[in-house]
Amino acid sequence: MAERIRIRGARIVDPATGRDERGDVLVEDGRVAAPDGTVSGALELDAEGLVLAPGLVDLHTHLREPGREDKETVESGCRAAALGGFTAVAPMANTDPIADTAAVIHEVRALGIRAGLCDVVPVGAITRGLEGESMAEIGEMVEAGVRMFSDDGRSVPDARVLRNALTYARAFDGVVIAEHCEDASLTEGGQMHEGYHSSSLGLAGRPRESEEIVVARDLAVARLTGGRLHLCHLSSAGSVEMVRRAKADGLRVTAEVTPHHLVFTDEELLTYDTNFKVNPPLRTTEDREALRAGLADGTIDAVATDHAPHAVEEKEAEFDQAPPGTIGLETALAAVLTHLVEAGAMSLPRAVEAMSTAPAGILGLGDHGGPIEPGRPANLVVFDPAAEWAVEAPFASRSRNSAFLGRTLRGRVIHTLYRGELVVADGKAQR
Amino acid sequence: MNKHLLSIHDVTAEDIVRVLDTAESFREVGTRVIKKVPALRGRTVVNLFYENSTRTRISFELAAKRLSADVINFTTSGSSVSKGESLKDTALTLQAMGADAVVIRHSSSGAPLTLTRWVKGSVLNAGDGTHEHPTQALLDLYTMREKLGRLEGLRAAIVGDVLHSRVARSLSFALVKMGAEVTLVGPPTLIPADAPAWGVQVSYDIGSVLPKLDVCYMLRVQRERQRQQYFPSVREYARLFGLTTERVGMLPESCLIMHPGPMNRGVEIDSDVADLPRSVIEEQVTNGIAVRMALLYLLLGGSGSEGGVDG
Repeated sequence: MAERIRIRGARIVDPATGRDERGDVLVEDGRVAAPDGTVSGALELDAEGLVLAPGLVDLHTHLREPGREDKETVESGCRAAALGGFTAVAPMANTDPIADTAAVIHEVRALGIRAGLCDVVPVGAITRGLEGESMAEIGEMVEAGVRMFSDDGRSVPDARVLRNALTYARAFDGVVIAEHCEDASLTEGGQMHEGYHSSSLGLAGRPRESEEIVVARDLAVARLTGGRLHLCHLSSAGSVEMVRRAKADGLRVTAEVTPHHLVFTDEELLTYDTNFKVNPPLRTTEDREALRAGLADGTIDAVATDHAPHAVEEKEAEFDQAPPGTIGLETALAAVLTHLVEAGAMSLPRAVEAMSTAPAGILGLGDHGGPIEPGRPANLVVFDPAAEWAVEAPFASRSRNSAFLGRTLRGRVIHTLYRGELVVADGKAQR
Repeated sequence: MNKHLLSIHDVTAEDIVRVLDTAESFREVGTRVIKKVPALRGRTVVNLFYENSTRTRISFELAAKRLSADVINFTTSGSSVSKGESLKDTALTLQAMGADAVVIRHSSSGAPLTLTRWVKGSVLNAGDGTHEHPTQALLDLYTMREKLGRLEGLRAAIVGDVLHSRVARSLSFALVKMGAEVTLVGPPTLIPADAPAWGVQVSYDIGSVLPKLDVCYMLRVQRERQRQQYFPSVREYARLFGLTTERVGMLPESCLIMHPGPMNRGVEIDSDVADLPRSVIEEQVTNGIAVRMALLYLLLGGSGSEGGVDG
């Protein structure tokens, strides 16, 4: 392993400092070093025409281990993450066993350290068994390194339980309660967004109001408690508007959106392709435009993948039998570059901020998200914003249920440096 | 014609006329002593039924047999399906056995379309979930055209649980395609909010709709919907939306009464009404065989030299 790496001539995009200029970056002993001076024995990487940015951070990943190692392992998921330019991921708690105790958190973290491809920062369950009834041992999980708690896959159904979690979590600096916003009574049996397409496809709907009801309630409970709330994978225009107002009112709330909600609409369901079956569902063009605008203006803070690997045989089933979810780690950056930056919906620095600096801030990860300055841990990504590629299986992920399968995207990760180590070089994972 | 019949969206208005015309020439076959033509001799038709439906399965079976095809019935009970075999593996097995056409009935919307990924032959949707039942719609159109002489400009009401009805979807799309005026009638909980985008009208008042109709099409209403709180009671449903003897008096003399079966006598339709001469429910069944013969014949491209219709 080269101990010194010099990256030459890249466009350095560092939202933490507002820097956006051509330059060199020197990495030494795992950290960014002063780029001037002659350093002998450095591995020289020509980055003319490439972008260098702080490594991406994913707030919302399903790594499936422990429990469903056939779909993904911490190692395979981390490799997919590294290839996608991520240097930190936050795996959700819905594993088997569920990550509702410090013991499971320790196990997942240890698997991440062993893989050594990116930081693995587990999300803990808010309630025991994700059952929505009694609070899990949040304090013990905080001691084990957890910064975000979520019952992802479902909302905390009881406002009192959510109130207590938001209030209790105030005892711990920087701890965030994250919510999956869907009212279960309105989504029961639902397969896709409720609208014209669901009516003619004969698939039961999940109306956008099922999300908005929970967003409205959660914002009210956040107001009541002064707690720190994060809203996962927003999908509806109405939700974006509520978050915008809540932020203007000074509530401590952040929000994320997935690449697939930023790119696709419910029209994709016309072929009953189960790779487009996701929760919350893909909605209409109007919703998608509101999500794009919300991400551009900062109402939505971050892009998060909701990387959700599923076995081939599960996704090849009848539509209503297939589990919801799409993988996303390996396509997230390219999807955002192609459909938002190139399409003119936002600047490249804002895209990098939404995929790195902002999520690092939400998780309180001081080692990630920049600034790219001497002495800082060298968690960096170098990508070619112009490189076109076709999304096809196999992936580094053990699963291949990608909504982007068969699509052409622009923007390819060339190198990923994780704590100064070149874990991805020339687009290839190095371990 | 498309290779498959998965949805009414797969056929054009011209295709529909061709199907109905072809069915007309096949219907005579059912009146013969030997009810058989050699049009599909040597071809294999598989009836793949994941849901119990004796009437639709028998109708397809008779249609294929009258065309001299070899018919294999593959139903959920007693097959590998009940042992948990996936749709894909079942499809690959049928493919390996050389099925020329697969007629599929499934409780999941979209299953017939998914099936087309794995079988090379034609796929006919015999009803999928709450999506479509295109052959039912075509046999209904056949019956309407036969009895009323036209489809264009017909005023039809489809009454009942449209939300969960694959028949209502296919029939709405088909009637709109042929230039008929369709009104969906039922409690607002059982009419999709986006149904007007199908090109139909919506009414919650059956009394205001009946006097203008050429066709009054009643849908089966499952008692289970009451438990799911779509309406307060079966009694109230029958009062507000049932086709009672009293309401039949509001229909024009020439108006047909139709039902895809099986009926819930006393719920959506009074027993006496079902047995009226203007109720063409049994004709629907008879015509179903001829229409399905026509569809199999057209989709499988029955060769002329083998004798076809006149053989």
